[in-house]
Amino acid sequence: MSRGPGSSVPLRLAAYAVLAAAAAVVLVPLLYLVTSSFKPAADFFTSMFLPLGDGFLGVRWDALTLEQFRKLGQTDIDLPRAMVNSIFLSSVTSVLATLICAAAGYALTVYRFRARAAADWLVVAALIIPPPLLIAPSYQWLHTLGLLDSYAGLILPAIAPAFGVYLFRQAAKQSIPPAMVEAARVDGASELTIFFGIGLPMLRPMIGAFVIITFLAMWNNFIGPQVVLQSDAKQPLAVAIYQTQTGYYSDYGVLMAATLVAVAPVAVLFLFLQREFLSGLTSGAVKG
Amino acid sequence: MSGAASGPSRAPYALLAPFVILFVVFTLWPLVQSVPLSMSHTFGPGASLHVGWSKFSLALEDPRFYTALRNTLVFTAGSVFIQLPVALALAVALNQPWLRGRTLFRLAFFAPQLVGLVFTAVLARVLFQKQNGLANTLLAEIVGPLNSLAPGVFPSPGAMLETPWLEGLALTTLIVTALWMYAGFNMVFFLAALQNVSRELEEAATIDGAGRWARFRHVTIPAIRPVAAFVVLLSIIGSFQLFEMPYIMLEEGTGPRDKGLTLVTYLYKNGFEAGDLGYATAIGWLLALLLGGVAVAQRVLVRDEAKP
Repeated sequence: MSRGPGSSVPLRLAAYAVLAAAAAVVLVPLLYLVTSSFKPAADFFTSMFLPLGDGFLGVRWDALTLEQFRKLGQTDIDLPRAMVNSIFLSSVTSVLATLICAAAGYALTVYRFRARAAADWLVVAALIIPPPLLIAPSYQWLHTLGLLDSYAGLILPAIAPAFGVYLFRQAAKQSIPPAMVEAARVDGASELTIFFGIGLPMLRPMIGAFVIITFLAMWNNFIGPQVVLQSDAKQPLAVAIYQTQTGYYSDYGVLMAATLVAVAPVAVLFLFLQREFLSGLTSGAVKG
Repeated sequence: MSGAASGPSRAPYALLAPFVILFVVFTLWPLVQSVPLSMSHTFGPGASLHVGWSKFSLALEDPRFYTALRNTLVFTAGSVFIQLPVALALAVALNQPWLRGRTLFRLAFFAPQLVGLVFTAVLARVLFQKQNGLANTLLAEIVGPLNSLAPGVFPSPGAMLETPWLEGLALTTLIVTALWMYAGFNMVFFLAALQNVSRELEEAATIDGAGRWARFRHVTIPAIRPVAAFVVLLSIIGSFQLFEMPYIMLEEGTGPRDKGLTLVTYLYKNGFEAGDLGYATAIGWLLALLLGGVAVAQRVLVRDEAKP
């Protein structure tokens, strides 16, 4: 191992110590979330993480239980239904938003047309609208359209985010060579064929990132369903778990198990697409 | 124009149409409507009465609006002056060429993002309970031995268990929770920027005899400035819109005596608990103006600093 200029051994050890401490601080709450989901209700407050006893490492391993997960179906809020709602809302929104934004970003990059400057300006101007400003007028407008308490009222406003068009425009500028589009045109391919056959495959890394970004955004959307949806049966997990927490039925073990179940699918999705997600996330900022 | 008449001339419009139509109907139109709505008193979502600028003057005379504004500004300062330096420090540490386990550290710091905002708030509310919450239990465990070493310096374990995270300390707790959740997120941006810093430039500076700090100050900082400006702006915008965290974690969404009341929580409570959509929208416009001011100020500052 060679020593870099000026990084002495004590300095390196200090860096490792600080990083390890920081990682511990970050991970302890997650450890708590996992362990308390598997504890019997009686042990919830008597031990910090795992139930204490005289087993290996001083833990009562045989006390660990799935009882909290079994209770998930019996709370006054239908959590399995909420899970299905969340999966439906997030999948539909992420797929549609990605297609719509990719098409728009592609169009703004590949074509020269009269309204392009105006459309470009619209996308950038839209980035500065703070979403909270639109909550009340959107609520009124969805009421007028008869879309309150419907999934359409939640999905339609969420599938045309201007920042998505912005991200795809950046990605298209970097990854779609104009010569390739021109060559396909000369070969007689239709414009739509070129978009689906050349444009979308070239945008694949950003598509991966944006699917996750929009999936996560809808999965964690709280204010939207809280305002637009009224029936409890239609609520996604974010609102349902909040209601579990504030309801008179407040059992911490069940709450932690429900949260773990809500977080798990997203974590798995992320672990599979981590690289694309991180590069897509930073591409707009770093390559500018 | 080349080729068939139905070719390139219509294609861009067809590809843009879904975005433009949805954007106009569900973003632009509500934005236009927000102007008359901020000058209305509403009776349910369907009926309203024009009341001029009175919702704006109401806000400017409303002590709770100022409490919300103050809390939001304090939280924003916490994000910019505590969270971002931590994020930068983590990124610099992770960017050291000799570091092992970089991927694991990065994953660990980024992990809170996987939990997401809403579920982080649910978890934090449990962690920060008095008596039984993990934060207080751990603090009590730590001060026990410290007290026997240096009596009287630290609070007793019993007092530690009573730390009012979700009550008197609500704003601090929000800053800590946001630090937990977003430091790793912002670190990713800094790390990406640091990895783009030219190695040649750093080596040239080293050969010229620049020390560690001089290299950081004169090579690294200027190189990451554009990304840093972006992260600061994003962080300010996000902090100004803080809602889910306090709304879920704190009693009534505000904490006792409005200790954790934020602008958007106040907007939401006025619009959807008190049913005053006009006041909610007026608060929304004041928020938009504040953010617009921040964006302009930041532009000017960054431009000035960029000049040699």
